[in-house]
Formats: sequence, C-alpha cells, structure tokens
Amino acid sequence: MKEESESAITNAIEDPVLSVENVSLFYGPTQALHDISFRIPRNRITAFIGPSGCGKSTLLRCFNRLNDLLDEVTIRGDIRLDDGSIYAPRVDVNALRKRIGMVFQKSNPFPKSIYENIAYGCRIHGVKRKGRLDDIVEKSLRGAALWDEVRDRLGESALGLSGGQQQRLCIARALAVDPEIILLDEPCSALDPIATARIEELLQSLKHEYTMVIVTHNMQQASRVSDYTAFMYLGRLIEYQETERLFLNPIVRQTEDYITGRFG
Amino acid sequence: MERKQRHFEELLDQLREKVLRLGGLVEQAISRSVRSLVDRDSEMARRVISDDHAIDRLELEVDQLCMDLLGLHQPMARDLRFITTAMKITTDLERIGDHAVNISERALELNEEPQLKPFIDIPLMANRAQEMVRSSLDAFVRRDATAARSTISMDEELNRRMEQIFRELLSYMIEDPRTVTRALRLTFVAKYFERIGDQAKNICEQVVFMAKGEVIKHPRAQTDMEGGSEP
Repeated sequence: MKEESESAITNAIEDPVLSVENVSLFYGPTQALHDISFRIPRNRITAFIGPSGCGKSTLLRCFNRLNDLLDEVTIRGDIRLDDGSIYAPRVDVNALRKRIGMVFQKSNPFPKSIYENIAYGCRIHGVKRKGRLDDIVEKSLRGAALWDEVRDRLGESALGLSGGQQQRLCIARALAVDPEIILLDEPCSALDPIATARIEELLQSLKHEYTMVIVTHNMQQASRVSDYTAFMYLGRLIEYQETERLFLNPIVRQTEDYITGRFG
Repeated sequence: MERKQRHFEELLDQLREKVLRLGGLVEQAISRSVRSLVDRDSEMARRVISDDHAIDRLELEVDQLCMDLLGLHQPMARDLRFITTAMKITTDLERIGDHAVNISERALELNEEPQLKPFIDIPLMANRAQEMVRSSLDAFVRRDATAARSTISMDEELNRRMEQIFRELLSYMIEDPRTVTRALRLTFVAKYFERIGDQAKNICEQVVFMAKGEVIKHPRAQTDMEGGSEP
C-alpha cells in the first residue's frame, strides 16, 4: 500500500529554468493555488495533469503573467526565470512574454495571411527589414513542421488552414520571436489523433532548443511526450516526478488513484 | 468513464482469479506427480500428464486477457504493474506444470522397475517446492513484498537438498552400476523440484516489483545498466 503522504515533489532538477516559490493565487476571496513550490528543468518537456479545475492552467498562466490581465487576482510567492523574479516591479511584461511564449487550446491565428501571422510579432519587437522577416517566417514554419505544406501559399488567409495546421501555425508564431520557454495549454484537445501525433512529434524535435510546459487532460499524451510530470489537485501540487516514475510507480496515493482512473 | 472503470475492475478481478486458478492446478500437479512416484501410482502419473493441457489453456486465456487489458484500457501505475506481473508469472506457472509432467514421466519409468531406495528427501523437496509456489501466489494476491522476499529465502534449502540427493545417488551408482538408470532418473526428479523452486523465486521477484516498483532480480546486470555500460 502507498504511504499516505500528502505530496511528493522532486528536488532533483539539474538545470532549472523556472523556479516556482511558494506561489498562492486568489481570484477575489477564492484561493485557486495553494503554496506551490517546484522547479522546471531547461530544455525538457514538463506536463501538468489533474482533473478540471485543479489549477493547472492557472499555474501555467502565472509563468508569463497572463493572470495579470484579470481583475481581482492576487498572487503571493515568486516565480524566478533563471535568477530574476518575473514579478519584480521593473520587469517589462511584453519582454517577458517574448521570452516565454504561449500556445492555447483553441488555435487562434490572426485573420491575416499565413506570412503575416508569423511576421506580426517580430515587427512589434522591432524587426522591419523584409529579407530578415522572410528568413524568420521560413525558419519558424520549418521549426513548426509546417513549411512544406504552406510554402506556396504564404499570402493566403491563415483561417483556410486545417485545425492541426492552424495549431502548428500558432506554434510557429510563438517560435518567431525566439522564446526560451513555450507554454502550451491543451494544444491538442481540438485535434484528431493524426494531427495530435504531428504536434507531439514536433514538441520532441523542439525540446533541444526550448523548454516546454504543457497542460493536458490526456494522460497518455503526458506520459508519451513529457520528461517530468506534475499532478495537481484542488489547487495543490500533489506530486512532481520524472514522468516514468510518476506513471509507473507514483509515491502519493492520490496520484495513483487519478492516473489509474479511480477518481477524477 | 465510471462505467468503463467498473468494466476494467471486473477484468482485473477475472485476471486475478484466472492466475489463482492456474496456480491451484499447478500445485495439484506437483502434489500428484510426487504421489505417483512415492506411491508408485502410474495411473496418477498419466493423469498429471493428460491434465497438463488445462494448464496450457489457462495460460493462453491469461495471455489473451492481459493483451486486452493492455491494448484496450491503457492501464497505468499499480494496474500496469499488476497486469505485466500476471503475464510474467503465468509463464513461470506453466513451466512448473511442465516440470510436474516431467516428474510424472520419470515416475512412469521408475514404476516399471524395483524401487531403488526409500523416498525420504524427494517428498521433502516436493513439499518445500509446493509451499514456495503457494506462498509466492499468496504474496501476489496480497501484493506483499515482505512475504515474497521471505519465500525467496526458502530456495536455498531446495538447492541444498538437491546437492545432498545427488551425492547420495552418486554413491549408489558407484557401488552398483545396475542402479545407474534409476539413480539418474531420480536425480532428474530432484533437479525438477529444484527448478520449481527457482521458478517460484522468479514469481516472488516479480511480486516485489509489482508491490514496490523495485527490481530485485539480476543485481549485477542492474549495476551495469545504471553505470551505462554495454552488455
């Protein structure tokens, strides 16, 4: 039988890029995250799993300060990117979001051409020269394994792409501004198994250059793609381990019950 | 989701039940095979041999059920360890059944000739081997790593007795070459019981993995793997 410990969070993270330190988050009076501390390794894929409402997306959104946009959100504790706090007063949030990009559940391309979808962010960050933009567009689309499918129709509307292509376009858009970390919030939940497999393959190929953090409902997906997995429940981080350990032999009973489908 | 879960639990229960039934048949085969020898009961020996197909069939059923569970339900954690353990120990159990058949075959041959010597150590080995099989299965059902480890330690005694029987039979053969055929057959029988002990030990090692996620077999190979050296 499992020991009835409340949580098991590994400290053995060799080269952490993000350190979460005692983070609590409140929506008005309601506490959504409870004193969460752990570290995310560089150039690895970390997955967050847990039942709906467990706080995994909320936690993910803390990493690029997306929760700042909501009224009445209070955050305690700290999150450090390398050595600097991302919540320090002098931090430029736009610059932060350039370093930490995000891909959402529903692909949300701009109602513009495929080319413009990629080039847009770079222009905002000061890249003006056409030749340079062309290079970035090609490199990003190649990085997102989309180039061969769209190279002949870069001027066409991005909305004409299939769901899986749109999602890869959003990943290309995130890559275009050369981030260090990519956050993915349920990136495959609207995709069929083939499009999902392509995204998963893509994540594997990107992991040598980028750190990725993925929120997923799909436990098979978490176990297939990630190196580390965090299990959250009711706003608490219950267990954080190497993925193999967590799925084959979790330490906490609650984790075991969730991944074997006995609750949730 | 909940409906699917209930179905899954039912299948796990079925699997547990089939493995235990298989274990029961195998234990019965061991005890009958030793009786066929000690009581010189050839009828009993033939029964062990013909009943072996029930063991084989149950092995196939367990394999099929495990494949279904793995392929259709994608089990995780303790369920995954339980199913892969059931798959592996079934192979050991089936092999133990084969050893009981081998013992019965030797009994048929030995029963055709005058008894070489009173049976003392062989029934003791048989009891011990049967006890190991039974307690390994108990440990499996209760997911009890401690019981599995203590069962493993029983294997030493079987090895010692095997050595002792071998030495004794060797002295018969040296004294009177006419005993060689019978003595060799009895040596085989002792060896089969010793192998049954080894197989029960395998089951126990698998149970420790199932209960604790800890691999205790082949410690040297494991050290190699951790050191990253090539085999």
